[in-house]
Amino acid sequence: MSAATAAEPRQAVNSVADQVVRRFGDRVVLDHLDLALGHEELVVLLGRSGSGKSTLLRLLAGLDHPDGGTVEVPRKRAIMFQSDRLLPWQRVLRNVMVGLRGPGAAERARTALDEVGLAGRETAWPKELSGGEAQRVALARALVSQPDLVLLDEPFAALDAITRLRMHDLVRELRGQHHAAMLLVTHDIDEAIAIADRIVVLGDGRIGSSHLVTLSAAEREASPAREELRAALLTDLGLARRR
Amino acid sequence: MSSPPFAVPARSVTAPGVAVRIPGPTAATSRQVFAAQDRPAGRFAGLSRRLSWPLGVCTTPVAVLLLWELLAKAGILGPTYAPAPTSIARTAVSLWNQGVLGPDLATSLRRAAIGLALGLAAGVAAGVLGGLLRTGEYLLNGVVQVLNTIPILAVLPVMIVWFGIGELPKVLIIAFGAFVPMYLNLFSAIRGVDQRLTEMARTAGAGTWRLVTWVLVPGALPGFLVGLRFALAFSVLGLVAAETVNANTGLGYLITQGQTYLQTDQVFVGLIIYSVLGLAADQCVRILERVLLRWRPGYEAM
Repeated sequence: MSAATAAEPRQAVNSVADQVVRRFGDRVVLDHLDLALGHEELVVLLGRSGSGKSTLLRLLAGLDHPDGGTVEVPRKRAIMFQSDRLLPWQRVLRNVMVGLRGPGAAERARTALDEVGLAGRETAWPKELSGGEAQRVALARALVSQPDLVLLDEPFAALDAITRLRMHDLVRELRGQHHAAMLLVTHDIDEAIAIADRIVVLGDGRIGSSHLVTLSAAEREASPAREELRAALLTDLGLARRR
Repeated sequence: MSSPPFAVPARSVTAPGVAVRIPGPTAATSRQVFAAQDRPAGRFAGLSRRLSWPLGVCTTPVAVLLLWELLAKAGILGPTYAPAPTSIARTAVSLWNQGVLGPDLATSLRRAAIGLALGLAAGVAAGVLGGLLRTGEYLLNGVVQVLNTIPILAVLPVMIVWFGIGELPKVLIIAFGAFVPMYLNLFSAIRGVDQRLTEMARTAGAGTWRLVTWVLVPGALPGFLVGLRFALAFSVLGLVAAETVNANTGLGYLITQGQTYLQTDQVFVGLIIYSVLGLAADQCVRILERVLLRWRPGYEAM
């Protein structure tokens, strides 16, 4: 493994999960899991379905509490879910403003919509948006509060392949403007390689392996190093081709 | 993974004569062809629909009225049994001119308005409390569930025993009719607001006030309007009951008088006014729905 090798983050720590345990009945979903997110780091959490990815994300979001261990996260955080979760009875601008208060709220929401390429759609109803547009509104809503941690729970899983690629570009672009750590949960290896600073694989309730991704944008699309990383991730997920 | 170049299937798709080669009538009937069509533009579409169904939803009522008129004029329906619609209309006009219908209608409308205002105010207040607060649910839900099982007509004797035969029991029974469905529908509407949306609002940083005013209240609006519709229907029921049993003014009194003196046309005048009141109330709710629920995907029939 050349470009992609396990490594602890060198930057200042943004969020920490320390020896976290979460059980549902007899089933131990997270078993003394450790994970640290660096400052402004984009970590992609890969795992098979049912591996506890979303459970970990909900713990970091504060939507759920651990049965053991501790979770430490910034107070200012935002979550983006697999479905857009827009309020159908509020127009687009109001949907972005839902967590804001104060006089400048509308202006900030407008800026956020502009950032995701939806300037001019402020007065549309959510039912009038396409799936990709709705997810971009959800992204604007997550970023508008200038959070220190953004948690993304399979945010592009329900989108078509072309829209998904455009969303990846958008996420990469927005990272330059927002100084937040991001944790993105997915089961899509190509998505992980496309946007991650670091890819961690969840298995048996713990972080099984961690790959630092230092590829350039072009290398992420096609290169021997990319294929090598992809093969390594497939092995980690237990999906390596048996030959 | 990259997709293969597009060269391979191109020939078979664009091969000439593919459609022609399919033999026999079975193949022809198993296929459908959609082509551009002369479709009446804009306002002409509405016009042509209006021409094919000139009366819309009124078609059946108008047909029934015509049949009724014919049967009455032919003497098959006796005037004391079911007087002709035209004679009912004549009676309505003459009652109005005698100065009987106007005051009776005003009395009934006032009773309905006061009763509805009371019942809806109480129902909305209780529904919001019960829906938003667990304490409210524990305090109110049991009582209203019990009240819901009591038929509104059965409450009338108690009302008379308690409050006599004045205006108060009439207003209260209308209020009772409006309160129960309003509470029940509003309660379940607030509780039925999508949990994922409230979770989203909380994580996005919305406070309790924002959550209530931006998420819960508008989310509960459809249920509120259903409650409003039931409340209106039940309050009319209460109005009829209260006015028919003991009253010396109002529409119910008019009907009772008509029955006593076998003036069937007067009875029908009262019935028709009740039905017009009900229709008007329903239309009001419909307009409210159209204004307040613009965000909902349209569900208008073709």
